[in-house]
Amino acid sequence: MSRRGRLLLFGGAGPLLLAVLLIGLHGLPAFGDFRGAYGLLVDRVEPARRHATDIVTALNFDLRAFDTLGEEFILFASVTGVALLLRHLRDEDEATRPSRTLADHRFAGASDATRVLSLVLIPLLVSLGVYLALHGALTPGGGFQAGVVLAAGPLAILLAGRYLALKRVAPRWALEALHAIGATAYAVIGLGGLIFATTYLENFLPLGTSGHLLSAGMMPLNSIAVGLEVTGAFLLTWTEFTDQDLLVSRGEL
Amino acid sequence: MTALQGAALLVVVTAGTAIVFVGDPLRQALVLSVYGVALTLLFFVVQAPDVALSELVVGGVGMPVIILAALRKLGQHETADERDEEGGQ
Repeated sequence: MSRRGRLLLFGGAGPLLLAVLLIGLHGLPAFGDFRGAYGLLVDRVEPARRHATDIVTALNFDLRAFDTLGEEFILFASVTGVALLLRHLRDEDEATRPSRTLADHRFAGASDATRVLSLVLIPLLVSLGVYLALHGALTPGGGFQAGVVLAAGPLAILLAGRYLALKRVAPRWALEALHAIGATAYAVIGLGGLIFATTYLENFLPLGTSGHLLSAGMMPLNSIAVGLEVTGAFLLTWTEFTDQDLLVSRGEL
Repeated sequence: MTALQGAALLVVVTAGTAIVFVGDPLRQALVLSVYGVALTLLFFVVQAPDVALSELVVGGVGMPVIILAALRKLGQHETADERDEEGGQ
């Protein structure tokens, strides 16, 4: 379509969209005016029922534990799909060129400043990730957040231009294991509810004192399981993509 | 709405618009990272720290890294194609 045609189309559609949006915005409640009963109810019920102080985590691992199971396996399936697609290409290649080693994988050098920065970032990110996983039920955070922060730690090694070191710290088999064990662990913890309590994913552990590290029943366990899975999933995706790059940069695809 | 929330919204709008107007995909990937951080800020000031933490890594680092990797691969395919064309002539 020509530029003139596109502008004409936008001239007609733009104001129409704006009008619809304005009508819609006019009917909205004021900013910060919360009218849902559900949120208020959960805020009141959940700290007493499960001794959790972070309601978002309580929602994810208690009230909507089954939804979280589904979300976990969405992530699991999609990352496995990415790995399958990309690895197929690589393995085809590897069959014909067995001589290639990890030492061939090298990025252009990063500046000293970047490398110092990533050296500082790695311990900070890893400790923040561990903190988020363990304190999921107490303060903002929880499994997914912990997982992405933990995965960003090793990614800083890539930032420093040390791809080889990243592969040594997080080899593919370890990432796959992390990914699979995390996903399975969440489902297995749920089975505990079926055996020791009434239903699948129902809490079956002592609730402890509200605000203590070991409280809120099985939420800390859930948080760790999801954290492991998400760490594995993100690192696996990133390394699969960067592996592809390095193959291409050597002119092998 | 507090001034802080208004400011954060403004930063998000600016960063979002910037992505559209930065034409080059390589630069876009980096501006996207800035946009991720701006969104993190917004989520934080509207009291959604859980979402902010996820967005910080997913939007700030995760997505740009994958886009950069994909662009690198595309670029190399293009140069390889050009080489092939030159070789054919």
